[in-house]
Amino acid sequence: MPDKTMDRIAKATPPQVATRIRGLSDRTIAWIFVAPTIFLLLAINIFPLIWTIRLSFTNFRVNRVNADVKWIGLRNYERILTDPDIWHTMQVTAHFLFWTLFLQVLIGFALAYLINKKFRGNDLWTTLIVLPMMLSPAVVGNFWKFLYQPQIGLFNYVVGFFSGTDPSSFSMIGSIDLAPWAIVIVDTWMWTPFVTLICLAGLRSIPDYIYEAAEIDRASKWRQFWTITVPMVLPFLMLAVLFRGIENFKMFDLVVQLTGGGPGSATELTSINLKREAFEKWRTGYASAYAVILFVTIFGLASIYVKALNRVKER
Amino acid sequence: MKIARFMMAAAVASISTTVATNASAESMTLCWAAWDPANALVELSKDFEEKSGIDMEFEFVPWPNFADRMLNELNSGGKLCDLMIGDSQWIGGAAENGQYVKLNDFFEANGISMDDFLPATVTGYAEWPKGTPNYWALPAYADVVGWTYRKDWFSRPELQAEFKQKYGYDLDVPKDLEQLKDIAEFFQGREIDGKTVYGAAIYTERGSEGITMGVTNVLYNYGFEYGNPENPYAELDGWVNSEGAVKGLEFYKELYDCCTPPGSSDWYMSETIDAYKSGQVALQMNFAFIWPGVNADPNVGGDRTGYFANPPGPAGHFAQLGGQGISVVANSDMKDAALEYIKWFAQPEIQQRWTDMGGASAMRSVVEAPDFPDKQPFNKAFLESMAIVKDFWAEPAYASLLQAMQDRVHTYVVAGQGTAKEALDDLVIDWSEIFEDEGKL
Repeated sequence: MPDKTMDRIAKATPPQVATRIRGLSDRTIAWIFVAPTIFLLLAINIFPLIWTIRLSFTNFRVNRVNADVKWIGLRNYERILTDPDIWHTMQVTAHFLFWTLFLQVLIGFALAYLINKKFRGNDLWTTLIVLPMMLSPAVVGNFWKFLYQPQIGLFNYVVGFFSGTDPSSFSMIGSIDLAPWAIVIVDTWMWTPFVTLICLAGLRSIPDYIYEAAEIDRASKWRQFWTITVPMVLPFLMLAVLFRGIENFKMFDLVVQLTGGGPGSATELTSINLKREAFEKWRTGYASAYAVILFVTIFGLASIYVKALNRVKER
Repeated sequence: MKIARFMMAAAVASISTTVATNASAESMTLCWAAWDPANALVELSKDFEEKSGIDMEFEFVPWPNFADRMLNELNSGGKLCDLMIGDSQWIGGAAENGQYVKLNDFFEANGISMDDFLPATVTGYAEWPKGTPNYWALPAYADVVGWTYRKDWFSRPELQAEFKQKYGYDLDVPKDLEQLKDIAEFFQGREIDGKTVYGAAIYTERGSEGITMGVTNVLYNYGFEYGNPENPYAELDGWVNSEGAVKGLEFYKELYDCCTPPGSSDWYMSETIDAYKSGQVALQMNFAFIWPGVNADPNVGGDRTGYFANPPGPAGHFAQLGGQGISVVANSDMKDAALEYIKWFAQPEIQQRWTDMGGASAMRSVVEAPDFPDKQPFNKAFLESMAIVKDFWAEPAYASLLQAMQDRVHTYVVAGQGTAKEALDDLVIDWSEIFEDEGKL
């Protein structure tokens, strides 16, 4: 396989380049150009991955360099997969993932649909809408902590104003029932613009003549939406879901700043739990196994999803 | 070509200058948390720089990230820190993993005696294993959890009368934890000077160590033990989750539910300070290091604030130890200079100056001086508190033990899930698993 790639690269190289450097074949020149990238990829991605897999079968702790490292087979994997606390964090992550994707797709698409219509101030609104995603997640986590503050927070005030409840009577990040929704709201606020932008690109890629043809055929607006707009934007939307899904599966900074995983472990996502195992408890072998399980999960889900995406694109 | 030669010459000259500069002045780095006492230490260390000719550099990290950053540094064998003022709980891991230099021989050779320091600080900050004369640090900063209260509110005649009528005793410094809860309850939601105020600001933070540092002040006094003192690792059941401990945990939850400001579900040192200084609460739980700052505060300082040690409970009188010792990092290339610094720091006059500048010496000649209790309005409470300290595990696996407790306690106290008995039973299971992993069972 690599040979074929090299041949292709060699063929693609203009003849002048090869003749300019005497004594070197086109294949060698191609290798010289590709080697640094391959080396970096091996050093930064592949080697750590293999090393992590190796560590996952041991009881290694990075803070005990003098201790004997024992090969313990699948024990780490067994412990992780039978630990109810880990399954709890998986459930918390699944809740977060499902609702953030659902809301972001819904609101993101709706906003893109609205922005795509020509109206006065369209550009200004587009700029304003994409502002949240330009902020740092840690900053967003911190200021939403203030917005959720029961005594002075704007969020509680607004909810209180419309519902008639006392703003200080509920705490979004202190209540076990509300905290999982608190992180969903913030992530949705921050990342819906990303989905909006991708959907907008999809909407603007639909040629006007398709709608014009549909008008001539007397298709209703509703039918145009379902038979032209949605199918043609779907590949873009699915791409946005893929990006957001992968990002949210490893969500860390925003939630740590906002809730610290609490109350209790109500918002402890897998990435937070993994960080605690790896860099607070220093259970390196165990955390490596945990990371491998998460990697396989994301990789597996993403592969299935990409196949579905390709199928949609081929239609 | 000329330009290239000129550039090369300039580069060589620049490198030579840098090397020469480095050679003329040694420098070493002291790592600690970023807080007020650290600034005082920078000032104090100028004397060392002058006397030794060694430049001091400082690496200060804010508390929430302090453990993460510094333990990463120690575990990775980094050379950033030559001196480390590390948390008391790190001592077991740092000693067993060879990250700190053992100081016994150095102390002996330089006439530094641990008898000169408060015994609780020696045990808490310097010894490993605990209770043995193996020293890995010099007590550097004595700290303990205590309370501040709004003396000006307590002294209002109308509030005093109302309190006496309601509870049958005087509104004053609480004599026990039950009284503390009464007082907090009394102030909760009360209008004072046109502003709604609340009872108490207490530790509830989930992410690092907050709620554990808070709840232990109640648990200890209700009978919680870290295990059977005769057999600490193997016998947790019945000690960690004793009847008293369960009642203590219930008490902390009641205090959280009844008497804290809304939204205080993730509060640690800075949030409680803010709540107190902004006039939101009548009582504040916090480490004593904040007391000088409170005393100097224009809103609540001076006569408006009083200080007291953690009140006793039905089973004893203890307070959670804070503070740190100063250690020499084993991986340092500047060990001799670092030891020189510790020798300088251990001098009684330097310790006195340390306290005067805003530090908190653990040296007995300083804190047991006849004039010490009256030097500052909080010194009496500090001395009382230091006499009743108890600390969390300092095992190499302390972080795992701590995270388990953070999770179980926060789940019960803040999230309101399960019962206190279940939380402590689960904690026994967690801790037993950790000790089993550690090979201690």
